[in-house]
Amino acid sequence: MSSRRSRQSGSSRISDDQIIELVSKLQQLLPEIRNRRSDKVSASKVLQETCNYIRGLHKEVDDLSERLSQLLATIDADSAEAAIIRSLIM
Amino acid sequence: MNPQNLSLNPTSIRSKFTKTFLRALTRINNRRPPISPSREIYQRYRRVKIAADASMASAVGSRRTWSRAILWKIRNQRRYRALVSRRISTHAMTKRDPRENYGREVGHGSADELRRIVPGGEAMDFCSLLGETAHYIKCLNTQVQVMRSIADLYST
Repeated sequence: MSSRRSRQSGSSRISDDQIIELVSKLQQLLPEIRNRRSDKVSASKVLQETCNYIRGLHKEVDDLSERLSQLLATIDADSAEAAIIRSLIM
Repeated sequence: MNPQNLSLNPTSIRSKFTKTFLRALTRINNRRPPISPSREIYQRYRRVKIAADASMASAVGSRRTWSRAILWKIRNQRRYRALVSRRISTHAMTKRDPRENYGREVGHGSADELRRIVPGGEAMDFCSLLGETAHYIKCLNTQVQVMRSIADLYST
């Protein structure tokens, strides 16, 4: 059980502002929340969405791993490397 | 040609990952298959997945807690499982820094969930957890994009 303690300013290593800034940075990375254009997303919602988003990415890695394992015999590493690095413009 | 195009930067995480991962795929492809074909399919999928995670963690290197956690976990599979179950139970019993409770107040325990999902998240303070999570997400996105590019390239 956590009792509400008064926040110490100055001497505290982790300030409220720091946490708010970090949470909003996370928010920017989440496509769903970013597109809603709402500033009023609670930190709790951001954490929840973050968990969902990461789980979604893990699932994609799983699916792609399965796809790639089936294509394994056809992959030629050298030409693939050149093609992919050339084509990825981010 | 834009010399600052990140995709041509040989030291970028994306490039390192692509190179390492493709080499791993070649190695997996060249392995002797096990006796039963049904096991082979599952084993290949597992190896590809582990190679993907390991390649990304190694592209990032040891400068991030999450990447160190992945590399350590892969190298020490059996010992890792014992340690995680011990660490989670001691972490729950020790008195938490009141500033860490912010995660609990804010997220009703969803910070705990995040700790389980982000590699190495169990032992971090809340601030570090958020920073590591952001970096982890960016790298996961890169990983997915490159894996998809490879798959698309050879799917036609």
